[in-house]
Amino acid sequence: MKRRVVVTGLGALTPLGNSAQESWESAIAGKSGVGPITKFDCTSFNTKIAAEIKNFDPLQFVDKKEVRRYDDFILYALAAAEMAMADAALTVSPEISTRTGVIIGSAIGGLATMEHEKEVLLKSGPRKISPFAIPAILPNLASGLVSIRFGAKGPINCAVTACAAGTSAIGDAYKTIAHGDADIIITGGTEAAITSLGVGAFNSMRALSQRNSEPQKASRPFDKDRDGFVIGEGSGIIILEELSVALERGARIYAELVGYGCTSDAFHLAAPPPGHEGAARSMLAALNDAGLSATDIDYINAHGTSTPLNDLYETQAVKTLFKEHAYKLLISSTKSMTGHMLGATGGVEAMFAVKALAEGVIPPTINLDNPGPECDLDYVANTAREQEINTAMSSTFGFGGVNAVLIFKKFHDK
Amino acid sequence: MTLEEKVIKLVMEQLDVTRDECVLEASFIDDLGADSLDLVELIMEMEEVFNLEIEDDELEKIRTIKDVVDFLKFKGVK
Repeated sequence: MKRRVVVTGLGALTPLGNSAQESWESAIAGKSGVGPITKFDCTSFNTKIAAEIKNFDPLQFVDKKEVRRYDDFILYALAAAEMAMADAALTVSPEISTRTGVIIGSAIGGLATMEHEKEVLLKSGPRKISPFAIPAILPNLASGLVSIRFGAKGPINCAVTACAAGTSAIGDAYKTIAHGDADIIITGGTEAAITSLGVGAFNSMRALSQRNSEPQKASRPFDKDRDGFVIGEGSGIIILEELSVALERGARIYAELVGYGCTSDAFHLAAPPPGHEGAARSMLAALNDAGLSATDIDYINAHGTSTPLNDLYETQAVKTLFKEHAYKLLISSTKSMTGHMLGATGGVEAMFAVKALAEGVIPPTINLDNPGPECDLDYVANTAREQEINTAMSSTFGFGGVNAVLIFKKFHDK
Repeated sequence: MTLEEKVIKLVMEQLDVTRDECVLEASFIDDLGADSLDLVELIMEMEEVFNLEIEDDELEKIRTIKDVVDFLKFKGVK
């Protein structure tokens, strides 16, 4: 029999708040985390807005030396992991250290460090490149430094599946525990790519919203006037535990992670295909893994990026798989508030899905004033909805054709 | 500020250690918690501040704060 995996801790740093709870409260209040870019001089850029982390003091979590050396994507993960461990009331004792792992995803890793060190190289020559440049750039160093911080000596990995990275990481963590290779895994995603190169390059792809005059209205998934995604940043970390281990230590159980599905489009380097059958197949794979039927799903935290293609094709994929039930289930995109946190998004949205289950409140899709053509599902427009649910799906899709889907379920002890 | 004080101030900033820990005989690795990368970074900062170049074979001989001070004096830094 498959080992059961439960969620026992939540930690997050998002454009909506500097903790999971604050982010959740802002989300169900329908607040937007988007504003003018402050991280670099964006005067000459087509896009001048982003969903940045606000008033984050890394010194609450790490020392001065670490702040100077680590890229923000690592600092965000360390902070979110610290909060998730505290929330789970978990310390990694020597007895459990080799059974405790870390799998944190990131799409890009230390982009700001890469840009900075290239400037140093051009300006002052190769001798002046920091000896900490490589460790600050490598995407797996978020996992590495979190494992050092907590003494987690079990399986370690890093998903680098673009905008699905956080979800891939959690899916892999779930399978690793279910398979018996670890009992506890610190998992999720982290990203800090609001940099000149990050924004400039996404702009070149025509992927970002340019609604610079109305930042808080720029991320509008499923709305007919959506014009691209808003880049966000942050980290979402959850603690996964094997059920008997969690019960034995008397952990608070938020929800059970019951299914993971992953597929590839094998279609295009960035765009999803019309109908997005790969997305539908990943949802089906997650349902099969969970032993659930399509009609069992109550809520989908959608990928819902606010790009013209994604939101239409994702809607089509949901209709293909769920048929008439597609019109009964609730679906919302919290990216309408957090922006698109790339590799962090899977971690943060898993946290929102778990909170929706635990609290009986569905976060809204804000800025949904006039649904786009064919976008005719119940997207929980503009205001949160109080509704008890038993299952929540979290979908994320990434460049390279990655489709990754998790299913969480209300925890019952049998 | 004496040369010793300048070096100690730099060490305190780079390695995030206290003034009390920075006795002249303190070993960067054994007493001040530095690793080999910390040491490279510290030396790069010294190069910047004192405007000189320190070769890798010279770096290998530097183990304590006093080694740095002696080395800088040898290079004619006041």
